Amino acid sequence: MRGSARRGAMAAAALGLTLVLAACGGDDDNGDGGSGSEGTGSSDGPTGSVSINSTQPENPLIPTTTNEVGGGNIVDAMWTGLVSYDPDTAEPGLAMAESIEPNEDFTEFTITIKDGWTFHDGTPVTAQSYVDAWNFGAVGANAQLNQYFFGPDGANIAGFDTVAGQTDDTGAFVPGSATAETMSGLVVVDDKTFTVTLGSPNSLFETIIGYSAFYPMPESFFTDQAAFIEHPIGNGPFEFVEEVPNTSINLKAFADYQGDPKPQVENIEYRIYADLDAAYADVVANQLDILDKIPPVGLAGDVWKTDLEGRSASAPLTTRFTSMTFPLTNTEVWADPNLRKAISLAIDREAVIAAAYGPGNYVPATGWVPPGNDGYVEGTCGEWCEFDATKAQELYAQTAGVEGTLMIASNSDGGHREWVEAACTSIRETLGVDCQGDYDPDFGSFRGRVNANEIMSPFRTGWVADYPSIQNFLAPLYTANGSANDGGYNNPEFDALIQQAAGLEGDEALDLYNQAEELLAEDMAIVPLWYDNGQRGWSDNVNEPGFTWKGYVDPLSITVK
Amino acid sequence: MTRYVVQRLGQMVPVVIGTTFLIYALVWSLPGDPFAAKCGDRPCPPTYVARMTAEYNLDDPLPLAYLQYMGNLFTGDFGQTFAGVPIADELLQRYPITLKLTVLAILVELVIGVAAGVLAGIRRGGFLDNLVLVSTLVVVSIPVFVLGMLAQVTFGVRLGWFPVTSDGTLYSLVLPAIVLGSLSLAFVARLVRANLVENLRTDYVRTAVAKGLTRQRVIGVHTLRNSLIPVVTFVGADFGGLLGGAVVVEGIFNIPGVGNMIFRGINAHEGATVTAAVTVLVLVFLFVNLLVDLLYAVLDPRIRHV
Repeated sequence: MRGSARRGAMAAAALGLTLVLAACGGDDDNGDGGSGSEGTGSSDGPTGSVSINSTQPENPLIPTTTNEVGGGNIVDAMWTGLVSYDPDTAEPGLAMAESIEPNEDFTEFTITIKDGWTFHDGTPVTAQSYVDAWNFGAVGANAQLNQYFFGPDGANIAGFDTVAGQTDDTGAFVPGSATAETMSGLVVVDDKTFTVTLGSPNSLFETIIGYSAFYPMPESFFTDQAAFIEHPIGNGPFEFVEEVPNTSINLKAFADYQGDPKPQVENIEYRIYADLDAAYADVVANQLDILDKIPPVGLAGDVWKTDLEGRSASAPLTTRFTSMTFPLTNTEVWADPNLRKAISLAIDREAVIAAAYGPGNYVPATGWVPPGNDGYVEGTCGEWCEFDATKAQELYAQTAGVEGTLMIASNSDGGHREWVEAACTSIRETLGVDCQGDYDPDFGSFRGRVNANEIMSPFRTGWVADYPSIQNFLAPLYTANGSANDGGYNNPEFDALIQQAAGLEGDEALDLYNQAEELLAEDMAIVPLWYDNGQRGWSDNVNEPGFTWKGYVDPLSITVK
Repeated sequence: MTRYVVQRLGQMVPVVIGTTFLIYALVWSLPGDPFAAKCGDRPCPPTYVARMTAEYNLDDPLPLAYLQYMGNLFTGDFGQTFAGVPIADELLQRYPITLKLTVLAILVELVIGVAAGVLAGIRRGGFLDNLVLVSTLVVVSIPVFVLGMLAQVTFGVRLGWFPVTSDGTLYSLVLPAIVLGSLSLAFVARLVRANLVENLRTDYVRTAVAKGLTRQRVIGVHTLRNSLIPVVTFVGADFGGLLGGAVVVEGIFNIPGVGNMIFRGINAHEGATVTAAVTVLVLVFLFVNLLVDLLYAVLDPRIRHV
């Protein structure tokens, strides 16, 4: 029965976290507004309550250490950074920043923030709030999960090395190895202004700092972290009310929110589900207001379209990309690009999607960057991503071929076994090569093998972008030192183009990124498979909600009927 | 009596140590690195992995790590989940909900099960008897998760009689409890029926009838009481089964109980969380069974613990 595999996937995505005893629900320190939620609403104030599906946050609600969906959505609702992304176009735009002025070569940025913003506890948001938060995230001793966003793999702020310090062989931070407590690249000019110096040119700095790791933190966080974890305080449209352990996390509209647009709904309940199937049943019965992902139980046979008639939608996601990567460092077997191309040609993506996910639920990939991202060009992969049995056989005949059985490694849960089987069928029928899945039971075990570079056959790689840019789909994944370069792809020409692009702006930069992407097509070390579509549903109580560029609910778009 | 209880309590010590060690060893030795899935499709920062490895003594040999863990456990320190929440807090929030669910399920199986068993037993071969036999057979043959999803869709989504998912409040636990208790209900009904039928043929029942006692009294007091002994044994053993079976039902109805916690813990390779939850589970199970054994003496005067 497929039910148990699904449940495994969902539960694996969620961990126990219980931050708050119900006690702290009472002390809403913001006196004004939000006293009576129903009935009193003036015509333009936020009204009503909605519930959204969520998973249990895996980490405390601190932006620099929250990197998964459950916590990420709540953090995004509670904070507003310097830059935010347009929900429709994914275009970065100034949010809390008044201006961000780069110098000639994009190594120094002067950031001015807007007046009048406060945290939920009433203290003002200053330049210092940002600088302190960024330093906290980068300091090695704090071991924050999003630390790399401040280092060479992200913004690369000058002085990162001095605060990150050394790690020993096991990766542990060596106490005393950090020579500074703050990054030299961050300088507060006055209350509203600070400058950022980077270790290397980066024209995408403005895009990167929209990521949640760059949110500001109130002073109280640095004096009493435990209290903050119990009652997190942000500067965004919604403030924390309470956490009902393992059941829900409740937010309400922040009356003094300075940003635009303003929240239109008074209360949001992020309801925690261990299993998405249960959330699906709830939304069908109108007991949950918004479901941001339809589980396989609803997609099978397209029943979600009838179950949620008139209150569901499907849209392409700009952030997700699934590929198959050939390992290049631990074996010589895949060294021949023609062999990799032949295998890519032998995969009938359309048929595989239809078999594994239902026809049209995903989009066959034609390159390494999903449409909707800045710099997307259609068909970069060209002929190599289009199923062509004759060409595949011809090309395959010129190579040494695959010895024995071709294994495709993946985790078997989360609907992955299905596509691996389908892809194997396609390869087997086209090339006459025996093909089999090499499965791990869950994502953790699979990633463990990938991280240890143990897999010697092609394996599944997926990517969810941190910020909407072609750069985020190329640099971390395919540069020699990229933090997510799983296959060990190494092309100095590619690296040079990426590095060069980082120092340029606009079309000049995009042009170089596109050239780099074309190199990937020549090498075919990573075979593009598909881009995701997102299916979602909502209840009769709310109007159709908007979704962010990441494909999650945009809390500012929610309105009740 | 006291000696018996002390002896039984003494037996619990090796059982608890054995089970916890097995669970601890098994969860931590699951294939794969517990921190590999924490950062999506890229490795976690080494500082983070190192901090967590040190926190859970994962570099130490297994027996040593286990001893450190148990040492903390007996000083009342249950440790923390990967998310940094004290496991003890989480257990305190979740156990009442699972216990509520289990007790409700036992009520369901006892009340309905015994009633059905008695009705079937006193009219052996009649319509009611056949109805009970067939319907219990159906329930026994359907896996609990099928039953759960069926009940959820029918009574929650379509008819709207019950909440589709549960937030741990009593009313929202009724439907899950019926699902959870249904399998045992079938067993209880059959047990009661079989025993009742047998006991109705015994000499002391004939004597009671000959004495001129009412039928109600003969069945209600003399026969049923004796027929309940195997049921009590069954329910006692079943209590643990229901606590464990709650894993599936809690998943379907999204109940924030212990079953969910254990399942998540296993998936996330959180040895400390799983061991703590299971340790409490084992203790509850042992104590309930002790209680059941003591209850025998009450139900059957022939049994005496010395």
